[in-house]
Amino acid sequence: MSNLWDDSLSGFWSAWIIVITLGTIAFSAWILFANRRTDKVPDAEGNVETTGHAADGIEEYDNPLPRWWFMLFIGTIIFSLGYLALYPGLGNFRGILGWSQVGQWEDEVARAEQRYMPIFAQYDEIEIPELARDPEAMRVAERIYQNNCAVCHGANAQGGYGFPNLTDGDWLYGGEPDNIVTSLVRGRNGLMPSWQQLGANNIENVTQYVLSLSELDHDEQRASQGQPIYAASCAACHGAEGLGNQALGAPNLTNDIWLYQAPGQSVADSVRQTLRNGRNGHMPAQAAYIGEERVHLVAAYVYSLSLDDDEE
Amino acid sequence: MSTAFEHPTYNYKVVRQFAIMTVVWGIVGMAIGVILAAQLVWPQLNLGLPWTSFGRLRPLHTNAVIFAFGGSALFATSYYVVQRTCQTRLISDKLAAFTFWGWQAVIVAAVITLPMGFTTSKEYAELEWPINILLAVVWVTYAVVFLGTIKIRKTPHIYVANWFFAAFILTVAVLHIVNNAAIPVTMMKSYSIYAGAIDAMVQWWYGHNAVGFFLTAGFLGMMYYFVPKQAERPVYSYRLSIVHFWALIIIYMWAGPHHLHYTALPDWAQSLGMIMSIILLAPSWGGMINGMMTLSGAWHKLRTDPTLRFLVVALSFYGMSTFEGPMMAIKTVNALSHYTDWTIGHVHSGALGWVAMITIGSIYHLLPRLYGQTEMYSVKLIAVHFWLSTIGTVLYIAAMWVNGILQGLMWRAVNADGTLMYTFIESVEASGPGYIVRWIGGLFWITGMLLMALNTYMTIKRSTAAQQPLPQTA
Ligand code: HEC
Ligand code: HEC
Ligand code: HEM
Ligand code: HEM
Repeated sequence: MSNLWDDSLSGFWSAWIIVITLGTIAFSAWILFANRRTDKVPDAEGNVETTGHAADGIEEYDNPLPRWWFMLFIGTIIFSLGYLALYPGLGNFRGILGWSQVGQWEDEVARAEQRYMPIFAQYDEIEIPELARDPEAMRVAERIYQNNCAVCHGANAQGGYGFPNLTDGDWLYGGEPDNIVTSLVRGRNGLMPSWQQLGANNIENVTQYVLSLSELDHDEQRASQGQPIYAASCAACHGAEGLGNQALGAPNLTNDIWLYQAPGQSVADSVRQTLRNGRNGHMPAQAAYIGEERVHLVAAYVYSLSLDDDEE
Repeated sequence: MSTAFEHPTYNYKVVRQFAIMTVVWGIVGMAIGVILAAQLVWPQLNLGLPWTSFGRLRPLHTNAVIFAFGGSALFATSYYVVQRTCQTRLISDKLAAFTFWGWQAVIVAAVITLPMGFTTSKEYAELEWPINILLAVVWVTYAVVFLGTIKIRKTPHIYVANWFFAAFILTVAVLHIVNNAAIPVTMMKSYSIYAGAIDAMVQWWYGHNAVGFFLTAGFLGMMYYFVPKQAERPVYSYRLSIVHFWALIIIYMWAGPHHLHYTALPDWAQSLGMIMSIILLAPSWGGMINGMMTLSGAWHKLRTDPTLRFLVVALSFYGMSTFEGPMMAIKTVNALSHYTDWTIGHVHSGALGWVAMITIGSIYHLLPRLYGQTEMYSVKLIAVHFWLSTIGTVLYIAAMWVNGILQGLMWRAVNADGTLMYTFIESVEASGPGYIVRWIGGLFWITGMLLMALNTYMTIKRSTAAQQPLPQTA
């Protein structure tokens, strides 16, 4: 008995729902039956005489309810009562089948795991560098990538504004298999503080210095004034030479590759914006969505993308 | 407006005003629909400006077609029908005039604020709180005028059309006030007083009853007057109207959860939404049968009377969309159709096929009578309009069925390894041809509406020129 009822609602609300639900259905059935019979006799055309009142010249016949329509109405009511016996609907009554949407979802996931896990388990045995050279595995991996990652990193994995390019061999957090797996399993949170407090003039000076690191056009004098500020405020994360720090996800500032350069924006403007407002890139942890086995496979895919780069 | 056609008893002025605005807002709302349809084919048409982006124009479309076009049509016809079937003038000309100007003010406010990005983000209830308050005041006034007029009627009975209009007016007042209950934080920003799944449930209780009472009950009221009038036949069955009226209004209240299948809404609420939607099939078809059977003995009139054709085809689309709706409310079907263009197709088979067609038929009946004539300026133009609308609707919904089923199947297709076979963007690409066909369907529709405007203009011009006094019997 207790299997048929849960306690998600209080007894009062459960009873209330049952009463108004069945009451509504009963009312519909009553109004249907109450108007079913007519003792009036049809005329030659088959129409039962009119009600006798006319509204703006419109008269109304009093024909009986079409039989097929009456049966249709009854049919839907019977179906519904049957459904309410089998499925949750009447307050806390679970329904005879014990169905729930969470249960249905869990069943489907379990069935899928059973069916597909052997495929991934087999790849899980293989080391990432080797797996990355297995074309069959990479076809499966690419599909995982397109389904789960392409929304942010792009269909061609070349990234976009705020989303790193995964094909260029330049890594925020490192391109070794372990680094990539960590990026995927745990997610990443890049935190570049805002430097508003340095003041506009100093921000401009550091900006010119950052430009000089990548040998871009810059103002020599301002850059040299920016250098000491860089050493004091930035080197801790970006390194003395500006080569970055993969432990923190602090980008390399010397290779002219920019995570945050909006389309049409100059590098200088992008750097100024970074310094004024700070940045906080967020890569959501994937293990919870796709499972560790698929992470392994898609990590091999990411690894393979810059392999191609090296070979070229 | 000229006073030459003032009816000795009835207030036709407000009816004329609303009838003309129906045509105007119909053109505006559908033109925006055509723009939206084009944007889905050619995204460049967003023009890179916030005000012209799809996200802001979409609510403008829905508000313009439902509330401006549909609403004006409902005001016009309900004011006309209630006076003629109660044989009395509206209870107050001043209040009626207030509903006209108030309603237009609400619409103009929507046309300004929605493209500016002000929105509550509740679908079909996007307007922000100051506009909502004005809307509530106008609506309550509408209720006073309409129900007050019924109260002073000179006839013993309340005609069935008025039951439907009254149910529509009362329910929409309740829906609007409950769903828009919010706490204002600035002049143009407020937060709903509901949270989470309850907010979603209140929203779709509102949303579905907006369909059930605004887009259905109100237009059934229209149907119950204009179909028998235009066909010159008695209504088929009085008792059928009793049964389907009461069943319709009590069951509709429950159907909202079918918009929230497989969500955080508790299972029991989803089930109730589903079964009540299925029970809703018969009461809905009751209206269609009563309209269709009214024509028995008058079918030959369809050959010569395109206005009647509008009304009959509207009933067919009503029957079709109310069969499709209960089917889509079944959870297994909804699991496929939800989020796809199938829903959009269903919406427009109701909105274009039923709401717009029954409106246009009714307005073609109404306009000449409001201007002391018996016919529109050109019956031929009505016939052309009829074909444009019918073809446009069929193109629209056929394209959306194909797209919807295509999308639903593509999204759930999996490879042997359990990965999805298609990316989302591939399903968007596959929908391209359907979007073009839908856009063409929209062009058919807007062309028809422009012909209607021309026909309306010529009809009014002709009667202004003739200045004939209104026949007393009309
Ligand atoms: C919601 C958007 C989003 C999704 C989905 C996403 N990523 Fe990321 N990913 C990011 C962002 C943003 C970063 C950069 C984080 C930062 O700035 O510190 C990132 C970083 C990474 C990195 C580190 C890059 C480096 O240079 O070290 C890898 C590897 C990566 N993502 C792979 C993936 C894969 C594989 C998937 C799919 C399973 C995926 N991402 C899904 C947004 C996303
Ligand atoms: C606490 C460590 C830290 C400090 C200190 C720091 N940064 Fe950063 N910086 C980061 C991280 C992490 C990122 C990447 C942010 C992301 O992924 O969203 C970043 C990003 C940047 C970028 C954007 C690079 C791109 O590819 O678009 C620039 C430019 C930059 N930093 C310059 C500086 C300068 C100049 C300073 C000193 C004024 C500084 N940073 C100080 C950690 C730091
Ligand atoms: C020329 C005719 C019309 C065209 C071309 C048109 C086009 C469109 C388009 C492109 C959308 C957006 C679909 C999407 O988001 O994918 C839309 C939405 C909508 N339209 Fe129309 N429309 C037309 C007429 C109407 C009319 C007359 C009504 C109502 C009486 C209406 C009611 C709606 C509604 C309610 C939605 C929102 C649907 C939803 O959210 O599910 N439309 N229309
Ligand atoms: C018995 C009658 C009807 C039933 C049971 C019904 C059922 C449904 C269902 C199940 C959905 C899809 C919900 C989803 O998956 O998101 C839907 C959407 C919709 N229907 Fe109906 N429908 C009916 C009649 C109508 C009619 C006659 C109209 C129009 C005049 C209409 C207008 C709409 C609109 C506008 C939506 C889209 C709501 C949105 O998502 O924005 N429906 N309906």
